[in-house]
Amino acid sequence: MSLLQVSGLGISFGGVKAVEDVSFAVAPGEIVSVIGPNGAGKTTLFNMISGIYLPGRGSVSLDGTDVTGVPPHRLAEMGLSRTFQNLQIFQEMTVLDNVLAGYHLSERGSVWADLLSLPGMRRRAARARAGAHQLLKRVRLDDKADQIAGNLSYGALKRLEIARALALEPRILLLDEPAAGCNAVETEEIDHLIAELSASGIAILLVEHDMKLVMRISNHIVVLDHGEKIAEGEPSTVSRDPAVIAAYLGTQEEEQADADG
Amino acid sequence: MDALLQFLFSGLTVGAVYALVALGFTIIYNASDVVNFAQGEFVMLGGMITVFAFDAGVPLPLAAVVAILVTAAIGVALNKLAIEPARGAPVVSLIIITIGASILIRGATQLVFDKQLHRFPAFSGDDPIRVLGATILPQSLWVIGGALAVFVGLWVFFTRTLTGKAVLATANNRIAAQLVGINTGWIMTLSFGLSAAIGAFAGVLVTPITLVSYDVGVALALKGFAAAMLGGMGNPKGALVGGLLLGCLEAMTAGYVSSQYKEAVAFIVILAVLFVMPRGLFGAKTTERV
Repeated sequence: MSLLQVSGLGISFGGVKAVEDVSFAVAPGEIVSVIGPNGAGKTTLFNMISGIYLPGRGSVSLDGTDVTGVPPHRLAEMGLSRTFQNLQIFQEMTVLDNVLAGYHLSERGSVWADLLSLPGMRRRAARARAGAHQLLKRVRLDDKADQIAGNLSYGALKRLEIARALALEPRILLLDEPAAGCNAVETEEIDHLIAELSASGIAILLVEHDMKLVMRISNHIVVLDHGEKIAEGEPSTVSRDPAVIAAYLGTQEEEQADADG
Repeated sequence: MDALLQFLFSGLTVGAVYALVALGFTIIYNASDVVNFAQGEFVMLGGMITVFAFDAGVPLPLAAVVAILVTAAIGVALNKLAIEPARGAPVVSLIIITIGASILIRGATQLVFDKQLHRFPAFSGDDPIRVLGATILPQSLWVIGGALAVFVGLWVFFTRTLTGKAVLATANNRIAAQLVGINTGWIMTLSFGLSAAIGAFAGVLVTPITLVSYDVGVALALKGFAAAMLGGMGNPKGALVGGLLLGCLEAMTAGYVSSQYKEAVAFIVILAVLFVMPRGLFGAKTTERV
């Protein structure tokens, strides 16, 4: 039974079909990567799945429930969380507060209980705080907890965004180029983190340009070109697919050799 | 010295009203980047509705509560009917929509009520209290106390409650707020309602001193805007300090220079702030990431 099911999804901007008739499924604990040349529609696809754009055609369902066009804050409640290629961080808050914001839903209670600072509220806040510290440790940002997020490096912000997404305890996590702008060490850390997450049962949908990373960790790959799905399958099959090589890997033979090896 | 104290008292009274208007600006600006020029209209509505409810025989405290609730509902309606449908439009367009809304509210008030000046009795009588040779009206204490109470209330709301923090998160990054499960549409509605209620509260407090008619909102919106700019747009502390400071500057100008120039002070302040420190007294320093 698939957790996320995308069927015939499409959207047009003016006369341009940015994404057309894309279908695939993601099972719990599975790592599915969406690859394709720049402008293939990967981020647009993500934006439709995560409720930022209203799809023009097709449907998205989460655990059997139709969630096409459901706004992001409702999807967050239903267990779908994401990160952004160009970062959506609370720049003026501390690193810790950014992760704490991820506990928004689990901290929900009445305004009056907050104002009176009832013991239940305080316990909940303490739990969230402890959880946030643990998540920061997990992405190796625990030493930066009290810094203002805007002062962190790009790679660190990428990991902070993942930590915040994890605070929602998602069932499926969409990662848009988590390794972009990271050095080799950071990329490897993200690699391990993603593997760990999927081992814990979280489904991962990944957009990534680092082919080595994609080929190594994905269970399944979906290839987009000009907004359409041109191939999908296991990494080894996809990397040998002539249509994929022509569209994408053809210009990077060394990378492909690496991926095969 | 007596004169200075007297000017200070009247400055603080007027300044407290400007501070309340500026706080209203701050809340909506934070949630949406929109400067709501109908904010002055909320103050006027607070005064007008109280006057007419009171004249109809409703006890004053109840009339005030009704006025605040009705104005809050109008604030919510403004968001739902005018701002929300235009979501995605540039901020400047949204600001112009609020100017349109303010003209509409003024016109409607003229039709529903009338064009006369009105007042209702002060809460604790009209006998001035003598302090060190100067006098202050009991109602002035209500106004100043009300502004401080609203400021403290907002401070607690924004720092201690999850909902308040959700407003701040929405202000900081709307998409990130949605990602963590904050319903930003509801936060907008809440901000407009809260802001309108605070405006109406100011109107209730100040009407016994300055009187109210359908057209008092424009000047208040401009003064409140100047106060918010002076303090740093978007900062509640700035709104409070900016409002009190502007009120005192006005009172001093009226007292020591000429009351003819009183009205000019707000505009000189706006110009000076824009020239010298565009972020205001408490405004955040912005650094662009490259």
